[in-house]
Amino acid sequence: MTAREVVLERVRAALASASPANSHEGVPRSYRQQHEASTDRASLFADRVSDYRATIHRVGSAGEVAAAIAGVSQIEGIRELGVAPGVPEEWLPASNVAAVRCPDPSAASANRLGGALTGCALAIAETGTIALDGGALSGRRMLTLIPDLHLCVVASDQIVGGLPEAIGALRPAVANGMPITFVSGPSATSDIELHRVEGVHGPRRLHVILLRGDE
Amino acid sequence: MSFPQRAASALADEQLRRNLGNATATITQRRAEAVAELPDWSQLRAAGAAIKDQTLNELDQELLRFEANAEAAGAKVHWARDGDEACRIVAELMHARKAKSAIKVKSLTTDEIGLNNALQEAGIEAVETDLAELIVQLGNDSQSHILVPAIHRNRSQIRELFVRSFAGPELTDDPADLAEAARLFLRKRFLEAGVGISGANFGIAETGSVCVVESEGNGRMCTTLPELLITVMGIEKLIPSWRDLEVFMQLLPRSATGERMSPYTTVWTGVHADDGPKEFHIVLLDNGRTDVLANEVGRQALRCIRCSACLNVCPVYSRTGGHAYGSIYPGPIGAILVPQLSRLETGRSLPFASTLCGACEDVCPVKIEIPRILVELRAEVVRYEREHGQQRAERGAMRGIKVVFAGRRRYEAGQRAGRIAGRLFSRRGKIDRAPGPLRAWTASRSMKPVAAETFRRWWRRRER
Repeated sequence: MTAREVVLERVRAALASASPANSHEGVPRSYRQQHEASTDRASLFADRVSDYRATIHRVGSAGEVAAAIAGVSQIEGIRELGVAPGVPEEWLPASNVAAVRCPDPSAASANRLGGALTGCALAIAETGTIALDGGALSGRRMLTLIPDLHLCVVASDQIVGGLPEAIGALRPAVANGMPITFVSGPSATSDIELHRVEGVHGPRRLHVILLRGDE
Repeated sequence: MSFPQRAASALADEQLRRNLGNATATITQRRAEAVAELPDWSQLRAAGAAIKDQTLNELDQELLRFEANAEAAGAKVHWARDGDEACRIVAELMHARKAKSAIKVKSLTTDEIGLNNALQEAGIEAVETDLAELIVQLGNDSQSHILVPAIHRNRSQIRELFVRSFAGPELTDDPADLAEAARLFLRKRFLEAGVGISGANFGIAETGSVCVVESEGNGRMCTTLPELLITVMGIEKLIPSWRDLEVFMQLLPRSATGERMSPYTTVWTGVHADDGPKEFHIVLLDNGRTDVLANEVGRQALRCIRCSACLNVCPVYSRTGGHAYGSIYPGPIGAILVPQLSRLETGRSLPFASTLCGACEDVCPVKIEIPRILVELRAEVVRYEREHGQQRAERGAMRGIKVVFAGRRRYEAGQRAGRIAGRLFSRRGKIDRAPGPLRAWTASRSMKPVAAETFRRWWRRRER
């Protein structure tokens, strides 16, 4: 017998020898399916992102996005930004930083980039989370992992209330086999005396540019 | 060595007790705040428990569904009866590709099966990349907590270890500097690694996806950068559907670190074109889990999502720490899991390492009835030891009590004898050293002597 047959046989024997774990009539899904914020979702999202010690920049138009990115790049001393393929041209600053549209997909070259600029698939207000789905706006996983800095543009109409809404909205991407990454703040560790330190192996800093449309 | 023997040396270490006391109190507080934020916490727990039970009830079907969907997405699924077989599969995959080293995500399952040692014997170096796991690996130490494995080490001990292993003497003991040193040390390894090894927080049967929850980004590195990725996953890690993640992603981070979400949650499905590893293998591991499944009461332990909330609230764990449990799974969950996974061959003292206060069950995000399972396992240990010719002192004591309680005269004679013995051995109203075999009872606690007057005598006197 193969290991597969043996393990499956053991599982079946165990299940046959004991009565079912619990006679649940299906899974009780009486938890909240929609997480409505007491304030508006964009404000809650901004608050929660800041709790992770990420930096939030609020802008009112696509043109202001470019200015915000130019500002962050200047402060952080970044000359070269890797840019996800679907990022619109108007988000890119005209000067002071070079946008590398299709970075060479090797870890070593991603390591030479000063930062990464992406959009996202959606964002979650209650937890201050950004979801990346490997699509044109999110880019490859490596892009938002290796550079020291991640700049992420979130449009306010991309923000959902809570996790159930986000999981529902991401279903098509998962069904399509896309990799999903939920990002909540910069990389962090609490392994030394539970003292939280930001910036371990992933990006050291996360800047979220919150683009408010007409709501 | 049994739990009481190991606990004695842990309790003698005052530094350890201070580190642990602070750490467990801090996480417990953070957890309570994060949980209080959600008005539907109890509904989420009920859903989490039900999803896990449903999966366990149909585990054979769910495993086949997971295998089919993962392979359709480009993964290769392997099955392992036990830890040795799983280690062999991993080593063979690496040998076939002439790989000499691998980077690892923190994984309890690979620790459980001793993968690092097995790989070392096969001539392969496994590098731990989680900061705490790295600290444990460099110190040739063992983990003392599920979530923060180096909780027993303080900053100056960690600094010393880093300086001895790879850092310059100018390194300070500031946690930020220590984390930075680890980043520099590991960055090159991440960029050059050919093989990554991970565990899994969840496997999703419906899509064949694997989910890893982490904080540092090392998990993303290990699962994204290497050409070859190997995931070792216990068969109980399955959940049926993508939708079920909405429950566990609310339960796990809040229970574990007291955060709304951990910094990174990664879900991947098979092999993705142009993004991540070119080759992906999943090793499904039994290693005693089907024995746990066969125990009607004990199988609830397979619901566990390894959050470690039960460790932090446990009055025993928060004093002894993890090493006293002698296993990779310490605390209340370890006390019910370890004996069951080994068919009582190891960890027989663990079900007794509890006050049965029930704090663990209250915080468990999947409502495992830990105290009930502990009591059940205590009975099983007594049965096991009797079958193996071992006698517990309790058994003799219970026999004696049975004789004494069987008749009124004997009972009253017993009371008289107890009163006399009490007068002989008590000092200032308590007995600190009982005679003969009873000494074991007073080794760690004092005993009250039998009352000078029985209730019945008092009652008769009162009526007059």
